[in-house]
Amino acid sequence: MVSRPHGGRLVNRVAKGNRRQRLLEEARELPKIPVDLHRAIDLEDIAYGAFSPLEGFLVEDDYLNVLDNMRLSNDLPWTIPIVLDVNPQQLQGLREGDDVALVYRGDPLAVMRVENIYDWDKKEFSVKVFKTDSMKHPGAARTYQREDKLVGGEIDLINNVPNPFQEYTLWPAETRVLFEERGWKRIVAFQTRNVPHRGHEFVQKAALTFTDGLLIHPLIGWKKPGDYRDEVILAAYKTLIKHYYPQDVVVLSALRMNMNYAGPREAIHHAIVRKNFGATHFIVGRDHAGVKDFYGPYEAWEIFREFPDLGITPLFIREAFYCKKCGGMVTEKTCPHGGEYRVKISGTRIREMLKRGEIPPGEMMRPEVAKVLLSFDKLFVEEQRRD
Amino acid sequence: MERKAKYTTVSIPLSLYNRIKEMIKDTGFTSVSQFVIYVLREVVASYEEEKQGTVFSEEEKQEIIEKLRKLGYL
Repeated sequence: MVSRPHGGRLVNRVAKGNRRQRLLEEARELPKIPVDLHRAIDLEDIAYGAFSPLEGFLVEDDYLNVLDNMRLSNDLPWTIPIVLDVNPQQLQGLREGDDVALVYRGDPLAVMRVENIYDWDKKEFSVKVFKTDSMKHPGAARTYQREDKLVGGEIDLINNVPNPFQEYTLWPAETRVLFEERGWKRIVAFQTRNVPHRGHEFVQKAALTFTDGLLIHPLIGWKKPGDYRDEVILAAYKTLIKHYYPQDVVVLSALRMNMNYAGPREAIHHAIVRKNFGATHFIVGRDHAGVKDFYGPYEAWEIFREFPDLGITPLFIREAFYCKKCGGMVTEKTCPHGGEYRVKISGTRIREMLKRGEIPPGEMMRPEVAKVLLSFDKLFVEEQRRD
Repeated sequence: MERKAKYTTVSIPLSLYNRIKEMIKDTGFTSVSQFVIYVLREVVASYEEEKQGTVFSEEEKQEIIEKLRKLGYL
């Protein structure tokens, strides 16, 4: 059986039919709060159940509990505060209990019941969520750019955010049906924001040996400059799957969700979200969701000890390398040979080679994948997208 | 400043408490309370799920299957 949604019930805050029509009409008359792409993405993730059990942006009680205890006020594990920041000027005349329209690029996206308007301490947020308030940390830097007030409350989504990867987008209700139709009971999810190399492939296939199916779930959305572009990641995976995976045991689907680079906290968040998509197992990478050297290499593994009640099984698979003597991908645990036989799979080295237009060695990256990557003019995010 | 979650107290027999305490050694659970909360949450979620039935209606499920077919997932 696929995982039960976090908190027991899959949230659905997508207004449909007559209700949607009524809310659309109401939204015209309501006070309006503009949201940027980040919050628009949060809204969709809430509405379609990826963030179950959240029904809206966090109210203060939940916010403080998440910050201090990494749990919601009902004690459910939750590590990343999903909050709506608003310019205080836009809150003039607005009171708790009012409805507002959340507007993205001039169009109403959702109706929100304002349950709570509260202050936040951005330094405290950064230190607790990112373990630093350094402006060199992309998540902390972004936090300091956010508005000064927070507004919490339930939402109803009345329009979708334009999505360039619609054909790859599946929501939790859809993956759950898909897994059921395929007869999968044990599903392992793999989160990524990189193009696949042989190390990734090894980890995924190792997990597949004792599960029924693999959900490859790249993050689509805001990323820092230097990260691989969304379309590049999807094209690379499509190629890898075509040439090297049995088609009936793998699903490639894009997840549009904000990347926070919150290391261990975000590893838990990623696991919870994949649980909502129906995954029973989740592969936690070395330095998962880390950035620069803000987190220890295995910090994202250690934090799972604090969450025995997560409801999804984390998989910690050691770093793999190619051994020329063994003739394949191995780990420290499975290969007795010395360093002279080993080819370390270095993402940085692969990146440098691709930048120079070179095909990385086959021990590091499948040649079909490398060729597809080199067919792109731009491989990396060049600057922050602003909306 | 540390802000704590809100809790209330539930009594359980001391003998059961001691058995749980022994059982959770080296399991990752740091206290009997944490274990009891975990078990109760599972039971409650299971009950709620049974009571609510499936997440979506048969009609919604068919719509999803149709979409999955169109996208090539099925």
